[in-house]
Amino acid sequence: MDSNLRREIILENYQEPVNRGLIDDDSYLKTNTNSESCIDNLDFMMKIEDGVVRDIRFDGEACAISTSATSIMIQKLLGKKIEDVKKILENYKRMVQEEDYDANILGELNVYDEIYQQPNRKNCALLPLVSIEKMLGEIEDESKN
Amino acid sequence: MNRDDFPMLASDIVYFDNGATTLKPTCVVDAMNRYYLEHTSNIHRGDYDAAIKTNQLYDGVRDIVGKFVHCDPECVVYTSGTTMSINMVVFGYMKKHLKAGDEVLLNKAEHASNVLPWLRLQEEIDIQVKFVPLNSDYELTLDNIKKSVSKKTKVISLAHVSNVLGDVRDIESIGQYCEENHILFHVDGAQSVPHMGVDFQKCKIDFLSFSGHKMCGPTGVGVLIGKKELLEEMDPILYGGGMNSFFEADSSYELKNVPIKFEAGTPPIAEVIGLGEAIQYLMSIGMDKIHNHEIKLKKYLLSKIEKIPNLIVYNRNTNSGIFAFNIDGVFAQDSSIYLNHYHIYVRAGNHCAKMLKDEIQIKNTVRVSMYFYNNYEDIDRLVEALANSEDIFKIVL
Repeated sequence: MDSNLRREIILENYQEPVNRGLIDDDSYLKTNTNSESCIDNLDFMMKIEDGVVRDIRFDGEACAISTSATSIMIQKLLGKKIEDVKKILENYKRMVQEEDYDANILGELNVYDEIYQQPNRKNCALLPLVSIEKMLGEIEDESKN
Repeated sequence: MNRDDFPMLASDIVYFDNGATTLKPTCVVDAMNRYYLEHTSNIHRGDYDAAIKTNQLYDGVRDIVGKFVHCDPECVVYTSGTTMSINMVVFGYMKKHLKAGDEVLLNKAEHASNVLPWLRLQEEIDIQVKFVPLNSDYELTLDNIKKSVSKKTKVISLAHVSNVLGDVRDIESIGQYCEENHILFHVDGAQSVPHMGVDFQKCKIDFLSFSGHKMCGPTGVGVLIGKKELLEEMDPILYGGGMNSFFEADSSYELKNVPIKFEAGTPPIAEVIGLGEAIQYLMSIGMDKIHNHEIKLKKYLLSKIEKIPNLIVYNRNTNSGIFAFNIDGVFAQDSSIYLNHYHIYVRAGNHCAKMLKDEIQIKNTVRVSMYFYNNYEDIDRLVEALANSEDIFKIVL
């Protein structure tokens, strides 16, 4: 990807991220991700209905990479079925960790395809993924019970 | 000054993370290497030449510390660092001597190491931890301390210099006040002992903690100094070899005297020797000279950044080499990554003072912390990078 375009997409999503701001609604799954390796601290909430992601919102303080990755990921996941969400998350994780992955299903998330070159920023890019996986894990725990 | 003593400075870096840890001069590493390569041996038990030499060096560091901070060398306890020193005070002394309802005064600018042990003790024995409010410059004053003291106040524990904003607390007046009011006074010297003269006796301190690695010494070693009568009353939190006089099958045992009873097991011998070397090195430069140099650098930095419009500075007036700021609209971590691009090493975050956000209304800052080997050129490089930060996202993204 052209580096100017990459920067433009990241910056736009950092400075004006989508769905920033939490709402008071108990039907959402909720989680906080206080990154252990850095100082990002974001709260997430996600609404799933009939196996489809209807809404994801977030708020908090985080760096340009975490914030923009959250914004881009939210746009990518809205309206997707859980099994598709899992596929996207898996491929995104593989990309960040410099493993084989399917770029075709990641869309704008491909802007982070060189983030592995900055090891201390991998966790920033993975922050929204970790949060969404945590919330999905809650549904699975519930269905097991 | 003394830049040639620090091999890391030969590379093209500006090291401004001295509040986290300092660089090591060659003499300190050499002293440790001599122990490892020429006279490796354990302490306090060998009768051969190498062991005798190691003993002399190891125990001799207590005399060096005594001269450095004006205390009785017998009251110098080696620890693994400030965190362990404070935990020893809290769980070895305070747990035994405080009772439910007794109050301990802290403040919200304190480092985790001077908060969490107390919070844990509060859970264990129901003491009350209270926070003295900071003034409008986010500083801790004796007046505010006096207003927070009640009849139940038994301990005041504070950092001499706070690690985020670098304000220097007037420990001489506070120590005097504590003595007059029979309040125990613990001072966390992690950010002050490396940078200015600290006088344990004159400031009427009961317990003083500090770390080696923030003062040109190695990691893994620190010091706890206590008044003799308090250390005698304090229990060790570690038991084992080296610290006992005897133990028998009938369950009887006796511990050695202060300070040895606090040093169970094989201590960090090389590190203690390195710490002694570091203190002698600092004393040969002079603590007043070090402090004055840092103040000069900070003033120079403040004068240079006047013309940079988008900097938010949180501690213009504090009297130490710590400078806390943010670039307007930029997350602190992005700023530190940007500065790293110019090989300028700073720290971004809450600096382990996670309650300070209640006072300064901001969670994260960029911290520049200076030492005697920083120079005007370092400041010029920082100022130039900050002045050109409109390109920040071209660099960090």
